[in-house]
Order: sequence, then structure tokens, then C-alpha cells
Amino acid sequence: MNKRSLALALGAVFFASLAAAQGGADRRRSGYQDMGPALQKMQDDDTANPAMLFVQAGEALWKQKVGAADKACADCHTTASMKGVAARYPAIPAGADKPVDLEGRINLCRTTQQKAEPLRPESDDLLQLTAWVALQSRGDPIAPPDDPRMAAVRAEGERLFTERQGQLNLSCAACHDANAGKKLGGATIPQGHPTGYPLYRLEWQTLGSLKRRLRNCLIGMRAEPYDYNAPEYVALEAYLMERARGMTMDAPAVRP
Amino acid sequence: MANVLINAPKTARRGETIELKALILHPMETGFRPGANGTIIPRNIIQDFTASWNGVEIFRMRMSPAIAANPYVSFCAVASESGVVRLRWSGDNGFAVEESVTVTVT
Repeated sequence: MNKRSLALALGAVFFASLAAAQGGADRRRSGYQDMGPALQKMQDDDTANPAMLFVQAGEALWKQKVGAADKACADCHTTASMKGVAARYPAIPAGADKPVDLEGRINLCRTTQQKAEPLRPESDDLLQLTAWVALQSRGDPIAPPDDPRMAAVRAEGERLFTERQGQLNLSCAACHDANAGKKLGGATIPQGHPTGYPLYRLEWQTLGSLKRRLRNCLIGMRAEPYDYNAPEYVALEAYLMERARGMTMDAPAVRP
Repeated sequence: MANVLINAPKTARRGETIELKALILHPMETGFRPGANGTIIPRNIIQDFTASWNGVEIFRMRMSPAIAANPYVSFCAVASESGVVRLRWSGDNGFAVEESVTVTVT
């Protein structure tokens, strides 16, 4: 090892320890860190992670020509261009005035570019495509866009997150901010960072979106879930992504 | 649509014990659950899983309604000769899927 590479190596060690020190100050934990080692292993092994079955199907859909325009996703987008996309949404796409999440973005492409019917929320096709797109961002830091118009959306999301609702008079924050890390029944309450969606939840025995997860929580606190196409979900998702800014994407994840 | 993920080593030493793992997309509907309209959803499960090495059966498993969706099966075999490991799933509603992997024994 010559002097220069030694200096580089020492520099790398210094920055790594600096990052570790900053990591110590960051109290955020992803759901992955709250799982047991068996489930972590299941998620890490691409031949044991059941979400990869959906990714496989999603890759086929990505190449399939659909709609009146007879175009496949792959006819316009390269696989490499999908890197980081899932880490960015919800966002306001160019030419649009409303924020959309990743599923909404896929459906926007379907209706405007492919001239096809939008995919049904939580349908297999939409989940599979989303899972394949999300996989391309695995390992990337969550990076919500610096669009000034998103500030109002996130503020609305934060309001929904902290507002008490439902017959049990709970808010998202009552569990996932104030009591995260404690137990609810036998399960650890996670901090609720959306790092791995769409994810394979063992309780669902299938792949599901963040929307489905939010609906689960709403029903759990005996509030009426918003309609699937409601802007409330996009606002909540935008707030959650901002809250998890910089955390590592691990989609498609496995969760209990 | 069959959707399968298989994890098997491509090569093995003669006499080595290797682990084969297979995951398949299947709802494994128990036949005991009521659907949205209150009637029972008919049973739809995988009943049999078999593995053969160069045509000789090495593993057989009978599946029951209590097994979760997308069953994951892991089993071991002694690698005695190079060949094709054929995995077969069959079940309700004429469900039949076959996949194979080649293992080279040195």
C-alpha cells in the first residue's frame, strides 16, 4: 500500500465513523430493524422472499405491449432509468397539478401514453408492476422531491398523521411517534417508515401497498378508511416519505 | 400462471449433501373461509409436491389446507450423479406446474 492509498483508506475510515456517529443521533428505525433475524433472512434472500414472485410477474408486465397505443413500459423507459423513482414518489409529475404516488404515476402513464384503462387499486397487475419498479430503487436513500408545491401536501399529511380520529380516538402519531418500539399485543410497534413498499406481509399472505397498510391502521383505530383514490393517502404518503428522508429503500420488503 | 423461484446449487461435489429450496405462487385457499357474500370460498390448494433426480423420486410432500399461501419448501439431497432435478406441484382445479434445474456433480 503506498502513501496515497493509505491516506485514502484512513479518510474512508474517518468518514465511515463520522457517518456512524451521525447514525447514532438518528433515532429512526426501519421496520426491517424491528423484525426478527428469521424474517430479515427471508427478505434478504431473493429466492425466499415471496415478494420476488410478484417482481418476476411485474417484469413480464413491464415488457408487455398494452392499450390503444400498443406500447410497453419498456418501449419508453430503460430499466436503469427506474433507479430511484420509487424513492422519490409521491411527487407532482411534469404537466400535472396534483401529486400522485408511484401507483398513480404508473396509471398516469397507462392512460396518457399507453391509452389503456388504469389498473384497479390493489390489483395484482398494479402491485406487480409497482414491485418491479420499486426493486430498481433498492438500497437508494429516500429522496422526496424539492418541489415547493409539495410543502402544502406534506403539511396536510402531517395534519392527518397527528389528528385523532375514529371510535378509539387515536392518531397515527399516538402509536408510531409516541409509542413506537413498545408492544401492541405481541407485536412491536414500528416507527412507520415506508421504506419497503409494496411489501409482502405475512398477515396478508400477499403483496400489498402502503395504501392498504394505511387502511389497515384506519380500520384498526375504528375510523372510516378513505376511498382508495382519495388524496388523503397521497398526502399521508408524502409526509411519511419526508419523515423517512435519507433512510434506505428495501423494497420489496417482508414484514410480519 | 405459474410463478416459481428455485434456489439450488449449480454444482456439487460427489457425496455432498445439498439443500434445494423452492417457492411457488399459490393462494392455498383453505376451503373454510367465507367470502365477501358470506358463502364459503371453495378449497384451492396444492396437494402434492414431488422432486425427482434423473427420474428417481427423492422427495414427496403432501400439503394440507393449513399451509400458508405461496408455500416455500426446503429439503436436502445427497448429490451422487450429475443430472436434472425435476420439481412438480399438483393440486385442486387441475393445478400442475413442473420446473427443473440442472446440478453438475464433480
